Amino acid sequence: MGLRISNRRLARSTGGNVAIFLFLAVGALFMALPMIYAISQAFKPLNELFIFPPQFFPRHPTLDNFSDLFILMAQSWVPITRYLFNSLFIVVMGTAGNVIFGSLCAYALAKHDFPGKALINSLILLSLMFAGSVLVIPRYLTMSYLNWINTYSALIVPAWSATLGVYLMRNFIDHMVHDSLLEAARIDGASEFYIYWRVVMPIVKPAWLTLIILSFQQLWGDQGSMFLYAEELKPLPYALSQIIGGGVGRAGVAAAVSVILMIIPITVFIINQSQIVQTMGTSGITGE
Amino acid sequence: MSAITTPHEQVSHQRGIRETKTPGRLQRLWRDIKANKVSYLFVAPFVILFLVFVVIPILISIGLSFTYFNMIEPPRWVGWSNYLTLFLEDEIFLIAVKNTLLFAVITGPISYLLCFVFAWLINELKPKIRTFLTLLFYAPSISANAYMIWTVMFSGDAYGYINGILLYWGIIDKPVQWLVDPRWMMPIVIMVTLWMSLGVSFLTFIAGLQGIDDTYYEAGVIDGVRNRWQELWYITLPLMKNHLMFGAIISITNSFAAAGQLQALTGSTPTDWATWTIMQHINDYGYVRYEMGYASAMAVLLFITMVLVQQLVQRLLAKLG
Repeated sequence: MGLRISNRRLARSTGGNVAIFLFLAVGALFMALPMIYAISQAFKPLNELFIFPPQFFPRHPTLDNFSDLFILMAQSWVPITRYLFNSLFIVVMGTAGNVIFGSLCAYALAKHDFPGKALINSLILLSLMFAGSVLVIPRYLTMSYLNWINTYSALIVPAWSATLGVYLMRNFIDHMVHDSLLEAARIDGASEFYIYWRVVMPIVKPAWLTLIILSFQQLWGDQGSMFLYAEELKPLPYALSQIIGGGVGRAGVAAAVSVILMIIPITVFIINQSQIVQTMGTSGITGE
Repeated sequence: MSAITTPHEQVSHQRGIRETKTPGRLQRLWRDIKANKVSYLFVAPFVILFLVFVVIPILISIGLSFTYFNMIEPPRWVGWSNYLTLFLEDEIFLIAVKNTLLFAVITGPISYLLCFVFAWLINELKPKIRTFLTLLFYAPSISANAYMIWTVMFSGDAYGYINGILLYWGIIDKPVQWLVDPRWMMPIVIMVTLWMSLGVSFLTFIAGLQGIDDTYYEAGVIDGVRNRWQELWYITLPLMKNHLMFGAIISITNSFAAAGQLQALTGSTPTDWATWTIMQHINDYGYVRYEMGYASAMAVLLFITMVLVQQLVQRLLAKLG
């Protein structure tokens, strides 16, 4: 069968390899150092936070900052478990709605043909072109009109309308689910909902995991300060930011706080990394 | 779009074409809609939410931008006055415009390039290192409020890490007020933004590169591709065009909407307004002064700018392919 060429890709010069290694190393250091610094601050005893010259790593690592944090939180009149519950409730409900409504819509946009579909597709693409934050003013007015100020709904329900996940999911379904499979299911008499739930959703697991991550990230960082006034409704990041604002004496505790806030989304991402990369593979803009 | 029917056509349909064999456009459309009932049930919940929380707010913004509205009295129509005030009287707004554009012009393209270059280099590594570096580069963008750590590093006293080290090494002889001195504020804010900008676009590029089949490169060698640069230009970039366009959208959106990290680093009254952006000016007028009409006018301008820049960049990228 004709000529067989070697599988090897083009080689690079040694100089090129060294340059690339250096570039990656510098980049990686720049990315990693602040994170490592945050972690090392969290494990420093208070006196080490204020020595000159500042040390990068703690000399006598301690868990005091974390235990102080729990003592502080235990003293506040709203218990830490309440803040944690608020955060989890908002994140879980917001994410669940976005996944369910978003995937229903994405399936129809990817595999059905109906009048208005092109319009919806282009509106979703358009919505990616500006940041949701330009809508803060009317969104606030909508919330007060609906009487949702100071309720969880003010954070949860708007999260259901996030478009990035829907966009990614539609592309993913389009690429990964073959029409023949859907046809076969229809011939067997499956309803559209059955097909969506039992055929499409299992195939596009990477896509909805990605949607979960994106939504989780978005909601986890939200302090909700615009919509929630009652202390007992506020999420964890708000409580923690109050501690950070507590002044110099709390510097160590503040570092512990930022480590906790950081560790959770990173862990969730590590668990799902390969699935997310798979989903992003189909994220390209196609001529529509 | 075939779904649009003019009133004129509508009338002509009602006048007795009903019995003819070829139904009119409106009737066909109606039949199409009825035939696709299930599809509408699928999209309805999301589309309704999208209308209520995205589309209608845009329309409300446009409407309010022509009014004076303080949340207590009903909105009062003021015509173009908000827009005129913005450009003729509000000096801080003009500074914010300049800062926002400067910030976007620098962080948008650079973060886009960094996303691609790092993704490209990482992609050539062995899977384990690749996974590790992907996580490392992506981490700052997902860690909620991770930029807070930079306020500690750039703290203006001798205990700030950067000051401490520079003093110790004798490069400076007294602490630099990094986040208060206008000469340093913007560069630092830009650096922190770049640090946290390897997000969705970066992952998109990693995924796009992984999706390119090796046979393309093998065929490229037969067709006379001589080095890595040619490989990048003639094979990799054209195959990734769709990913590159998507990444551009995300990078541009992020560069125009920056506010959180600016607020955290340089505060709500930065020296000489050196890092004040339109987004912060909107929040200030909206939530601190309750001048919703004025804030809406700014939001509308920012919205239009973003969408125009996006369209322009998409056109340019489409031509490159």
